[in-house]
Amino acid sequence: MSPDRGIDFSHRHLLGIDGLSPADINLILDLADSYVEQSRRVDKKSTLLSGLTVINLFFENSTRTRTSFEAAAKRLDADVINMAVSTSSIKKGETLIDTAMTLNAMHPDVLVVRHGDSGAVQLLADKVDGAVINAGDGRHEHPTQALLDALTIRRRIGRLDNLTVAICGDIAHSRVARSNIHLLQIMGARVRVIAPPTLLPSAIDRMGVEVFTDMRKGLAGVDIVMMLRLQLERMQGSFVPSVREYFRFFGLDREMLACAKPDALIMHPGPMNRGVEIDSELADDIDRSLIRDQVEMGVAVRMAALDVLTRPLRAAGAAGGLEPGGAA
Amino acid sequence: MRGEGRIAYLNARLLDPASGLDATGALLIEDGRIADFGAHLFRTGAPSVNEVVDCKGMVLAPGLIDVRVQLREPGAEHKETIETGCAAAAAGGVTTMVCLPNTDPPVDDVSVLEFIARRSRELKRSKVFGYAALTKGLEGKEITEIGLLRAAGAVAFTDGERALADAKVMKRALAYGQTFDALIVQHPLEASLSAGGVMNQGELSTRLGLAGVPKVAETIQVERDLRLLESTGGRLHFAHVTAPAALEAIRRAKADGLDVTCDTAPHYFALNENAVGDYRSFAKVMPPLRAEADRQALVEAIADGVVDIVASDHCPHDQDSKRLPFEQAEFGVIGLQTLLPMTLELYHNGHLSLLDAAALLTARPAARFGLPGGRLMRGAAADLVLFDPDKPWTVSEEDMLSKSKNTAFGDRPVQGKVLRTVVDGRPLYRADGF
Repeated sequence: MSPDRGIDFSHRHLLGIDGLSPADINLILDLADSYVEQSRRVDKKSTLLSGLTVINLFFENSTRTRTSFEAAAKRLDADVINMAVSTSSIKKGETLIDTAMTLNAMHPDVLVVRHGDSGAVQLLADKVDGAVINAGDGRHEHPTQALLDALTIRRRIGRLDNLTVAICGDIAHSRVARSNIHLLQIMGARVRVIAPPTLLPSAIDRMGVEVFTDMRKGLAGVDIVMMLRLQLERMQGSFVPSVREYFRFFGLDREMLACAKPDALIMHPGPMNRGVEIDSELADDIDRSLIRDQVEMGVAVRMAALDVLTRPLRAAGAAGGLEPGGAA
Repeated sequence: MRGEGRIAYLNARLLDPASGLDATGALLIEDGRIADFGAHLFRTGAPSVNEVVDCKGMVLAPGLIDVRVQLREPGAEHKETIETGCAAAAAGGVTTMVCLPNTDPPVDDVSVLEFIARRSRELKRSKVFGYAALTKGLEGKEITEIGLLRAAGAVAFTDGERALADAKVMKRALAYGQTFDALIVQHPLEASLSAGGVMNQGELSTRLGLAGVPKVAETIQVERDLRLLESTGGRLHFAHVTAPAALEAIRRAKADGLDVTCDTAPHYFALNENAVGDYRSFAKVMPPLRAEADRQALVEAIADGVVDIVASDHCPHDQDSKRLPFEQAEFGVIGLQTLLPMTLELYHNGHLSLLDAAALLTARPAARFGLPGGRLMRGAAADLVLFDPDKPWTVSEEDMLSKSKNTAFGDRPVQGKVLRTVVDGRPLYRADGF
């Protein structure tokens, strides 16, 4: 596949999937395919982002996503700065906007931001000059996760349209679910959500999905089963009574998977709770599980996102116009 | 500023919801009181007075009464003071305010109530009355000294922005309060259902990934309290009602003869939940802005008389409390300067007559909360507002005189402009030419 380098991404930031066009999504996925190849070489590095600065700003703990973004930026030769902002320093009085203005003065070209509050990344993006990638905001969106899931599916099955995808588990508290619902529908897939009613957000059917509270029925005819992590603190809030009951009715094992299409594939954004939402041995079955592919695709998709968002800047730099880090 | 002696307001459209008067005429103020008014006045010859004000046919009505404001003094003077709140009130045509007890310290003691009353007397601005806390420390556990606080001038009793959750405490407050003719005001939200919620629960909260507050949280609290009222007696008022089922419960209770009333605030009948789209924290209020169908039901309930009063629910917050991620931002909007034009929208949109719209802001709150004013009456204090009901203008944060600028109506085109606000005969606010 040869991505068309002439097409530009039509957004300054990547804050969510909602609002992207199929062309936007295909642009990133096509580019990501080429970055998968680059990442499989012995020499994984190119110089696309030489001289540019990427700051990973994480207000929530995350090793996996932050490492994935860091690897992506380094493979493109950007200077990467990791900032973990503990919530305690926020409580000392510095507001999110203060933090944004402070970092902005350091002229980052890209800010990768994760925050525990829905909408916080957008608030920050409005205040800075560089491009912002949302690495997860509250329960709202996690766009690179949906893009990497799409890339994983597309590389295995060859398409995204005319597939039926079931997203199972804690939909109510999941930004991964929301971003995937948007992306899969934009690309022509049918989406089902499967969860006990306590883990379904209100009016979720208005987002165009089919809703099931019986997992066996929900899985019938499904091509892809996306499992979500169940936060163990949900046991305290009367969302579900116990782990064993949850696994019995909403966990994925071979018997449950048999309700889906015979060749249905399994995905999970990680980290998994083995034995809570997914059977351990099934998760590791390379014929059915795409979970390890997802991690690899994560780096490639994030390289593609960094690529498209820095294009205006790099074009201006090549023309001798803007300095890197300057206001675009 | 003048305002001494005899002042004649000529060529006014006199509007008095309490008596139903809506006629061209004049009004005479003598030493801060209404000496006379009516169509007959000064019909023959020029009056012998110290000052003549030509009202140019504009509406002269009783000064507005706002029964739900927070003036933040004592304790949060960086957000508002009684003085800055009074400046906003004057510009909004509000001559009487009742402020919530959730100050620091809270108004659960006679001394704090007396502090507020003294500040109000010293300032000689709009008149400030106080609620007292319904429970000590607003903690919902033990009732305050309702008798002593009432004697010290507490207009009504409430825990402010907190719902009184404990049914037994509410029952006792309703029962005990009867001795002192105390009005109990509830913030109707069932605490466990609304905990953690930051906006209306529904499709939009799901899309934005924000925790919602379901309407049933309001309905349950209203229905429970109506049952208690039915069994115990007493006088009950629900603040800022938003849910159609809660309004229906109040409608039935009124029909059954219970002593219950309710109010709502302009943002609930003029805005819907879409105002918080894009995580706009200036539209973050509790209870939350509801869906469009709920807003329409509320407008109908106002037109039907189920809603007795419109109050601004003026809730000043500084920038640092609002310019935050939506979930962390404080709840509340300011409203003293937009109370009149927003309520007049109900008139301009054909839901209410001008008299009925004005009644929501004058006669009705005065009657329910036992406040002086709210009507044109010979011998009463000359607390008046002169306004142009039609004049268009655009709300802007810069024009807000509150110390805090957190209006939900920024850039909204509105109709209805205050031209003059008069307290005890003294003009506290004058637009150009008035």
